[in-house]
Amino acid sequence: MSILSGSNVPAAAVRRGRRRVGERIIEALLVIAAVVSIATTIGIVISLAVPTVEFFGEVSIVEFFTNTQWTALFADKNYGVAPLLVATLWVTAIATLIAVPLGLGAAIYLSEYARPGTRRLLKPILEILAGIPTVVYGFFALTFLNPGLVELWPGATKPEFQNLLVAGIAMGIMIVPTVASLSEDAMSAVPHALREGAYALASTKMQVATRVVVPAALSGIVAAIVLGVSRALGETMIVTIAAGLKTAGIPASPTEGAATMTGYIAGAGQGDLPVDSLDYLTIFAVGATLFAFTFVLNAISIRLVRRFREVYE
Amino acid sequence: MSTTTTTGTPAAVGDDVARVHAALTSRQNRPAEVLFKLALQFCLLVAFAFLIALITFALYKGWHRLDARLWENMPTGRASRAAQAGVQSAITGTLWVIGLTALICLPVGIASAIYLEEYADNTRWYNRLLELNIQNLAGVPSIVFGILGLGLIARVIGLGFTVITAAIVLSLLVLPTVIIASREALRAVPQSIRHASYALGATRWQTIWRQVLPAGVPGMATGAILALSRALGEAAPLILLGAVTFIRFNPDSLLSSYTTLPIQIYNLIKEPQAEFQELAAAAIVLLLVILLLMNSAAIGIRNRFQKRW
Repeated sequence: MSILSGSNVPAAAVRRGRRRVGERIIEALLVIAAVVSIATTIGIVISLAVPTVEFFGEVSIVEFFTNTQWTALFADKNYGVAPLLVATLWVTAIATLIAVPLGLGAAIYLSEYARPGTRRLLKPILEILAGIPTVVYGFFALTFLNPGLVELWPGATKPEFQNLLVAGIAMGIMIVPTVASLSEDAMSAVPHALREGAYALASTKMQVATRVVVPAALSGIVAAIVLGVSRALGETMIVTIAAGLKTAGIPASPTEGAATMTGYIAGAGQGDLPVDSLDYLTIFAVGATLFAFTFVLNAISIRLVRRFREVYE
Repeated sequence: MSTTTTTGTPAAVGDDVARVHAALTSRQNRPAEVLFKLALQFCLLVAFAFLIALITFALYKGWHRLDARLWENMPTGRASRAAQAGVQSAITGTLWVIGLTALICLPVGIASAIYLEEYADNTRWYNRLLELNIQNLAGVPSIVFGILGLGLIARVIGLGFTVITAAIVLSLLVLPTVIIASREALRAVPQSIRHASYALGATRWQTIWRQVLPAGVPGMATGAILALSRALGEAAPLILLGAVTFIRFNPDSLLSSYTTLPIQIYNLIKEPQAEFQELAAAAIVLLLVILLLMNSAAIGIRNRFQKRW
């Protein structure tokens, strides 16, 4: 400690204190605790990679990505991940389509229009949505939203009892708080001088919000959306309950029921699959694919958040 | 605005001010402006309407199953006994798993946060890697943690489908949340307090234990409760860890079989009988009430004890 040098504090005593054995032990324990999170990541990678490599020893990687049938748990086996992937993309796309406008609208309102008191009241209510367990969303989607959707459906072929559309709708609402909260942070970080400059040029409130604040907060907003998409990709209970566990070919329309990647993992994991079987290994192969997708999206999101923090802080 | 004539200032200037003011005000009230604001409010309204509908529907559907049967009776999958089914083993299972999760993830999470905030040198590559790793871990889907539990903890380490496996997996799942919240709480404690403590000859750990931690407790408690309430509602990883069965006994040790409330709700939703759907709704109401109490506690602690430095 350089502050101590030159003063008449007994520097030697202080130094002795810092060299105590107890202090060292405590620091070592803290480091061990911090290493747990690294060990977790390594554990995840190992527990995915080892069975996945084993899986690709029996099923070619080309088949995995080009075959258009996933019938792992059937007698006639096909291991093409495309049906699971397409189902996942349908749900994620629908969820994003719902969550982005709603989340951005909520964020602009909270950041630019709401008075501080209103904002303090509304924000926690919005965050309750993020705290509701996903089984509850699934239950609501299956027993409330879907009968309503079937009732109101204009076409002749009604949505199935379980379908991708209703799962996507429920998931969209679920990720609204994620998109709203992070976007609002980014908008609040935009310096007031920018807004005042725009008002001085006779801009209206809407012009300030849409042409100054949103562009200035864009990297944060994109990060929020990417994070929301990543949440949607990895969500399990809503799709398991509301979109079902059916696997076969590529789902042609979101009104069909189909298993997503997470849905397949949850469905296959419930049964007592023999540990050495190829079917058991599919859980890990699909899990590794899911992990790869969300890893890339998270990396993008982390990077973008860093960028907006750097610009204004 | 009626400022057409102003006494004391030249009338011409007053007129100009009024005209500019009127022009700006009318711009702010243009139809597009009003519509835009309404659209924004509509976005929030949709989210709130969904929330209200969800809670009302669960209450409505589960209302006449919200009685002692819910917590006094054991679960069953047999349709003939649906009227007598309850979720007692799921309630006790949840208490076991969440209690253990708290015992595991809070010490580890808070210790990691102390290391990162109070000891780690941010310019070192390994500390930056640690930080990046935590951020990334926070975004890993919960079912992937279930795969970690299935492949490594249940099978390779051999803990099986037990209470302790579930608690370890949920601990690892919410660890990033605990670390991030605790770090923020520690960061909010002003440096001057640390400097004062050092100036009185305290060692680094004495400073942390007697000054920094007590000051950071409210923030850390809030984060801890929010993390545990996330673990409480989590079902996906436990699906892979043997919880999806109708368990008819309460867990009595770390190595017991178990089930939890969210999993039991999922089990009941899968059953076709209306009785089971109503029981699921009743269990959902119970789960939401517990979560609401936890969240209120978190907000209460934050408002009551949070110091403004």
